[in-house]
Amino acid sequence: MSTRTLISPAALARPRGRLLYWLCFALVVVLFTLAFLGPLYWMVSGGLKTTQEAVQTPPTWVPGSVHPENYQRAWEVMDLARLLLNTLYYAFGALAFQLVLDVAAAYSLSRLRPVLGKAILGMMLVTLMIPATVLVVPQYLTVLDMPIVERNLLNSPWAIWLPSVTNAFNIFLLKRFFDSIPKELLDAASMDGAGPLRVLWSVVLPISRPILGVVSIFAVVGVWKDFLWPMLVLPDPTGQTLAVGIYSLATSVPENVLIAALTIASLPTLLLFLVFQRNIMSGLTAGGLKG
Amino acid sequence: MSAPTLTQDPAAKERRPRRPRAGAVRPPAGGLGKALRRNVTAHGFLIGAVLCFAFFSWYPIVREFLLAFQKTEDGQVSWTGWDNFVTIWNDPAFGQAWRNTLWFTALALVLGFAVPFVTALVINEFRHGQGYLRLLVYLPVMLPPTASVLLFKYLYDPGYGMFNEVLDVFGVPAQQWLQDPDTAMLSVVVASTWMNMGGATLIYLAALQSVPGELYEAAELDGAGLLRKVWHVTIPQTRLILALMLLMQIIATMQVFIEPFLLTGGAGPEGSTTTVVHLIYQYAFNFNNYGAAAALGLILLVTLAVFSAVYARLNHATEE
Repeated sequence: MSTRTLISPAALARPRGRLLYWLCFALVVVLFTLAFLGPLYWMVSGGLKTTQEAVQTPPTWVPGSVHPENYQRAWEVMDLARLLLNTLYYAFGALAFQLVLDVAAAYSLSRLRPVLGKAILGMMLVTLMIPATVLVVPQYLTVLDMPIVERNLLNSPWAIWLPSVTNAFNIFLLKRFFDSIPKELLDAASMDGAGPLRVLWSVVLPISRPILGVVSIFAVVGVWKDFLWPMLVLPDPTGQTLAVGIYSLATSVPENVLIAALTIASLPTLLLFLVFQRNIMSGLTAGGLKG
Repeated sequence: MSAPTLTQDPAAKERRPRRPRAGAVRPPAGGLGKALRRNVTAHGFLIGAVLCFAFFSWYPIVREFLLAFQKTEDGQVSWTGWDNFVTIWNDPAFGQAWRNTLWFTALALVLGFAVPFVTALVINEFRHGQGYLRLLVYLPVMLPPTASVLLFKYLYDPGYGMFNEVLDVFGVPAQQWLQDPDTAMLSVVVASTWMNMGGATLIYLAALQSVPGELYEAAELDGAGLLRKVWHVTIPQTRLILALMLLMQIIATMQVFIEPFLLTGGAGPEGSTTTVVHLIYQYAFNFNNYGAAAALGLILLVTLAVFSAVYARLNHATEE
C-alpha cells in the first residue's frame, strides 16, 4: 500500500528514520503478539499442566510436565462432545432460518415491493434502536408462553432459531445488495417466464454470494458467542450450548481441565476466522461503515 | 457504494410486455388483479421474517412498556401505575448500579474508545506486517466470551495469575484485581477491551485509508509535528466515523453484562461491579419481579434512546 500516512516518506528514507521505523515495528509486533497471543498461549499451555502446577504460586511460563490427557478429561468429564453438537445444531439451524427468511424478506422488500413494504422495513430497523438487553425480559416471557400458538419454547431449539431471524441489520445489508443488482438482469429473467422464486434462486442468489457468505459467518459466530439468551432459554443441562455448559460446570472441575475445555470451546470459531478472515474483515468494515 | 436507483417505479414494470406463462392461472382483468397477485407473492416472501419480528421483537417491545406498569402475582396480572418505578428507585442498588454503569462507560471510553483508535493509527503507519497485526487484534473477537472471560479470571488470580507475575517483573507489588473494590471495575474494563477492540480497530483502519495524504504534506509544510497532524488532520478527517463509534461504544458499554457476571459474579466486591443490566437480570430471574425489571429496563431504554437517535441522525448524514 503506498498511500501517504502520518509519517512522511522522506523522514522514513533517512537512515535515522529507517532505524526508528524498524525499532518501533519490532516493538509493536512483540507487544501485540504478547498482548493478543499471550493469553491464548496461557490458555493452551494451562490446559497441559498438572492440577497442582495450574494453581501454584508463582505460576510457571512453560508447563513443567506436559499432560495432553487433560484435554481428553475435559472432553469426557464436561461432556464437550454433546455441548459441541448442541452448539452446531443451534448455529446451523439459525443459519438456515436466517438465510431462508431474511433473504426472502430482503428480496421482497427490494424487488417485489409490496404495499406497506417501506413501513415494514422501517419497523424492522426501529428494533436496532432498542437496546437488546432491555428486550431480554419480555422476550423470555414470550418464549415461556408464545401468544396465539400457546407453546412453551423453553429448552427447544426454536427459542434460538426464531429470534435469530429478527436481525434487522442482516435484512438491511441484504436489501442494499439486492438493490444494487441491475434491473435489466432481473427483467430479462422474468421476460423468459421466470417467477419471483425462480429469479431469486437462479439470478439473485448466485450474484449475491459474497454478501451471503458474510451473513452466514456472522450468523454462526453469533450463536457460538451468545451467552445470556441461551443461558435463559436452555436451562436443561443436556441441551445447553458450549458457552453456557462450560460456565455452569466451571466450578466443579479442576482448573487445568477447565482451561483445556476453554481451549476446545475456542477452537471452532478461531479456525473459522483463520480460514475466512478475508471475508470476515471485509464484511465487518462494510457493515461498520454503512451500518 | 450506494445502490443505483434505476426505474424502480412498480408501474413501469407493469407496462412491459410479458410473455404469458403456459398453464398459469391469471385473474380475469389486468390492473387490480395483477397488483393483487403481485402483492400476495411479495407478502408471501415477507411473512416468515415478519412473524419472527412480531413474536420476538415488536410484541416484546410493546410488552416491555406494559410490564413496567404491571404486577404479576400468582399468575394474576394487575395494573400498578408507577409502583414498579418507586420500588426500584427506593432500592439502594439502583443508585449504585447506575454509578457503576456510568463509571464502567467512562473507563471503557478512555480505554475501549481510545485504545483501538491509537492501535489503528499505529498499525496504519507500518508498511510491513499489517495483515498479521490486524489478525492479532481481531483474534479475541472470535472467542466465545465465556472462554475469554474465564481465561481472564484465571489471569487475574492474585495467587497463580499471570498478571501479578508480569507486574513482579517490573517490581510492582501483587494486586488483588477482582477482589479489591478499587480495581475490580478497571479489571473488568481491561478484559472487556481486550475482547472487543478488534472490530473498532478494523473500522478505524478502513477510515484511515481514506484520509488524503496531501493534507499531511500540507501540515508538514506548516511545521506540524506528529501529534498536531493527528489532531488537525486525522481526527477531523475521520470525525464522522469517530462520532459513530463513540455513540456505538456508549450504547454497548451501558449494556455490559457478561464481563462482570462471569468475572465477579455480577455484584463484585461490595457491589462495586453491579451494573444496570445485572440489576435487571437479578430482578427478573432471581427475584421473579418482572415489573421492576421492566421498569428499570425502560429507564435504560429511554437513556439510550437519546444516544440511538443521535447515532441514527449521524449515520443518515454519512449516507448522503
